[in-house]
Amino acid sequence: MSTLLILGVNFAILSLFAVGGVMAALPEMHRLIVEANHWMSDRQFADLFAIAQAAPGPNMIVVTFIGYQVMGIAGALVTTTAICGPSCVFAFWVGRMWDRFKDAPWRMVVQRALVPVSIGMIASTAFLIVQGVDRSWGAAAITAATAAITYFTRVSPLWLFAIAGVIGVLGWV
Amino acid sequence: MLAVMLETVAIRPAAEARPAPSVRELFLGFAKISLSGYGGVLAWAQRVIVEERGWMTQGEFNELFSLCQILPGPNIVNFSVIFGARSCGPGGSLAALGGLLGPPVVLAVALAALYNAYGDLPVLRNILAGVTAAAGGFLVATTIKLGRGLFTGGFTAAPVVAAAGFVTVGVMRWPLPWVLCVLLPASVFVAWLARRSG
Repeated sequence: MSTLLILGVNFAILSLFAVGGVMAALPEMHRLIVEANHWMSDRQFADLFAIAQAAPGPNMIVVTFIGYQVMGIAGALVTTTAICGPSCVFAFWVGRMWDRFKDAPWRMVVQRALVPVSIGMIASTAFLIVQGVDRSWGAAAITAATAAITYFTRVSPLWLFAIAGVIGVLGWV
Repeated sequence: MLAVMLETVAIRPAAEARPAPSVRELFLGFAKISLSGYGGVLAWAQRVIVEERGWMTQGEFNELFSLCQILPGPNIVNFSVIFGARSCGPGGSLAALGGLLGPPVVLAVALAALYNAYGDLPVLRNILAGVTAAAGGFLVATTIKLGRGLFTGGFTAAPVVAAAGFVTVGVMRWPLPWVLCVLLPASVFVAWLARRSG
């Protein structure tokens, strides 16, 4: 019970701090789940991140995977509801008065100010995942190749994930 | 959400009045968006809402999306809540949200259960070793693409703000809420100064 409570409270708080979406909140989830409470290993966290990226649905679905790994179906429901709940209520409320401030000068300022913050958080997520995953030269090579191909071409990441999986089966990672 | 930030959506000329979707149409429309949206749902949201169903003009879509990006929480979730409310009130919000999250959550629970049961099988370990390395590379590329924009658009100090966030949260591993309580007001302040001087 207390684990569910900790999950629920922390993810609900995180819901309102997830500036730029759930990808930006992953470092804090990692801190809570892997570093502070040891509910799963670094490797499991990275596994679930990768599976969630490959599964259909919005990126935030990674939260469902994390919740399940910690506390089964109850955990999945708690984390999913908590990460959406507060921000949904807030969005519903703001959506009703948006017309009043959509042209306000501070709106543009806030919008521009949020961009670098969320990029800093996404960079943190990238650092965290790569650090946990690249424990061999093979893995580091796949990371570098995927990064380069994604950056320079428009190839779907799903193809790259599939190829990387095949390379993994061959035992080269 | 990553693809969402990368995507640049072309503005099309606004058309005539739009039909408002029903609660049922909202649920089905957002379920389609959700299940089609591998690696980012924005492109599919645009395709279904603007092009297929004609529920919004491109201009309306862009405007609502820019609002959802400044709201905290998952952007597309915020989008479904606000768009649903505008179409059918609170019931519309719930329908859109249910369509968006229901199917992928069921699928995620099933996949998570499989991982939980078989995640330690050697063959799966090998596959995941490859896939996680690729997922890390995808994130690195996304970060670089987004980061490049900091130097061209935005305000002068934007790269400094992003670097401060990366060092405190990513490297030092400080708690995100505390960092944001300082970093967000600081970023708004700097952006405000830049606006007045520029």
